[in-house]
Amino acid sequence: MADMKVYFDHNATTPLHPEVKKEMIAAMEMFGNPSSMHAYGREARANVEDARRKVADFIGAKENEIIFVGSGSEANNTVLSLFVCSSSQCIPGSRRGTIITTKIEHPCVLETSECLAHQGVRVKYLNVDRYGKVDLDQLAGMLGDDVGLVSVMMANNEIGTLQDIEAITKMVHACGAYMHTDAVQAVGKVPVDVRKLGVDFLTISAHKIYGPKGVGALFVKHGTPYCPLIRGGHQERGRRAGTENTLGILGMGRAAEMRMIEMPEEEERLLHLKQVLQQGIEESIDDISINGHPTDGLASTLNVSFTGVEGEAILLYLDLEGIAVSTGSACASGSLDPSHVLLATGVDAELAHGSIRFSMGRESSMQEVEYLLDVLPPIIQRIRNMSTAYIKGGLHAASR
Amino acid sequence: MLQAGEWAYSETLKEHFMNPKNILQGENTDDFDGVGMEGNLQCGDQMMVVIKVDKEKDTITDCQWKTYGCASAIASTSVLSEMVKGRTLDDAFHISPKEVALELGGLPDHKIHCSVLGDKALRAAINNYYTRNGQEDKVKQEQAKVICQCMNITDHDIEDAVLEGARTYFELQEHTKCGTVCGQCKDETEVLLEKYKHIHFGA
Repeated sequence: MADMKVYFDHNATTPLHPEVKKEMIAAMEMFGNPSSMHAYGREARANVEDARRKVADFIGAKENEIIFVGSGSEANNTVLSLFVCSSSQCIPGSRRGTIITTKIEHPCVLETSECLAHQGVRVKYLNVDRYGKVDLDQLAGMLGDDVGLVSVMMANNEIGTLQDIEAITKMVHACGAYMHTDAVQAVGKVPVDVRKLGVDFLTISAHKIYGPKGVGALFVKHGTPYCPLIRGGHQERGRRAGTENTLGILGMGRAAEMRMIEMPEEEERLLHLKQVLQQGIEESIDDISINGHPTDGLASTLNVSFTGVEGEAILLYLDLEGIAVSTGSACASGSLDPSHVLLATGVDAELAHGSIRFSMGRESSMQEVEYLLDVLPPIIQRIRNMSTAYIKGGLHAASR
Repeated sequence: MLQAGEWAYSETLKEHFMNPKNILQGENTDDFDGVGMEGNLQCGDQMMVVIKVDKEKDTITDCQWKTYGCASAIASTSVLSEMVKGRTLDDAFHISPKEVALELGGLPDHKIHCSVLGDKALRAAINNYYTRNGQEDKVKQEQAKVICQCMNITDHDIEDAVLEGARTYFELQEHTKCGTVCGQCKDETEVLLEKYKHIHFGA
């Protein structure tokens, strides 16, 4: 079975959908600048606007509420950066100088928030419970007339936990603040309707939904104050300068369209695969713990901590067997701290170092899950056999 | 188009990771003459080294280990266990992390800190042997020397900060807070910074 290739890292990125690939290849010759008035330009413009309609339809938005950007990170940076502009023309950030976000956001939100804090914005961070759910009581206590923006991710990339964005948005609006959700991991996996959620800003990334890399979209509800992050052009109705990534945008539109068709039937199948995977791991490997919410999480994401083993070692032994996963271990990230998400949920640092994320996608099969379940137990056994940390019958026994 | 590249690691390291040598089987260390353990699980790395010693010749006849850590931690302990066999205790005591890295065909900068525990654990095992055999006089403690009196920062703290990525005096201060009060230790700290950069990164 050495030739078997299993890609279980869909939360990192996804392969292009064959239909997306087909359409992008067919559009390779399209080089016109959508801003040009001639035929070349009009062809590109028509395709960009067609994609905008598809993305808008996918999340229940109007076309003029969709801004194409270079990535999910850019969209998140754009929203948070609205708050450092002291002009009275801008979002009322000048008078409402507090931002609330969570401890489990993507680094593009956390690091931007830290940067804003240096510029005088007050930033407050919400705790999460052991399953990764935001503490709504804490949020209620933080909300006040000083709060300008609340940013809470819809689905967590590492543990898959879903937040109740609809309820949070109601609370946020009741205090007069704006609501942003980073929905990069949620869109394409669970139904996302911006009207139902009620949010003012929502972030999407194309490469997480079987579209190309280097393109994302920011939903900005009609009438919401806005200021561009990248200035100096009239593209995207003056809201994001820079000649459009026409091919990428076209691919994103097609990807959104395909998700609308395929997503409804997919969730149940993925949930079944995840249950088989989780049960298989629980039955064949001792001393593991499941991270994330038992029911309120992404059907495709399973995060497991293996006692006494370090995640990068697991990742690389699996790589040798043709299986791709990711880990919350510090060693794999180049930093010295393990996953900030797992630490925020109260997972012990050691178990965070030993965490593996399996994230499945539209092509994941039962055969792949079975192959993984064949390969994984001996790998864990092998690493535990050479580990100081793991002695059967008691953790740390060797250290004593 | 390029195919999937090689790992961030050398072929030698990959080989030691795939087929680690001299793993201590089970938990029993009674057959060994010296046992040393360094690191902790919270930080993601811990290594235990056990040695057998030819008491006539003061040489290491066997070296086995257990490691909790990433691929470079596993491979560096494995290669170290091969390197020390047949060496005198004194010789083995002076093996540096740089020698281990060299034997592995090099390590990425951010992985150097994963490999320094092996030789520390080895030194602890050698010291343990000396202690067990009534040769306490030979035990060489790696005592830390306080460099920054105000913040109580030792040379070990400075070495750790370098291993964790500090390359300039400013970065060192960010890591350790050394010299942030009276600043009198700046010259001595800068000398140590250069020394540890040279020892660990050949810079």
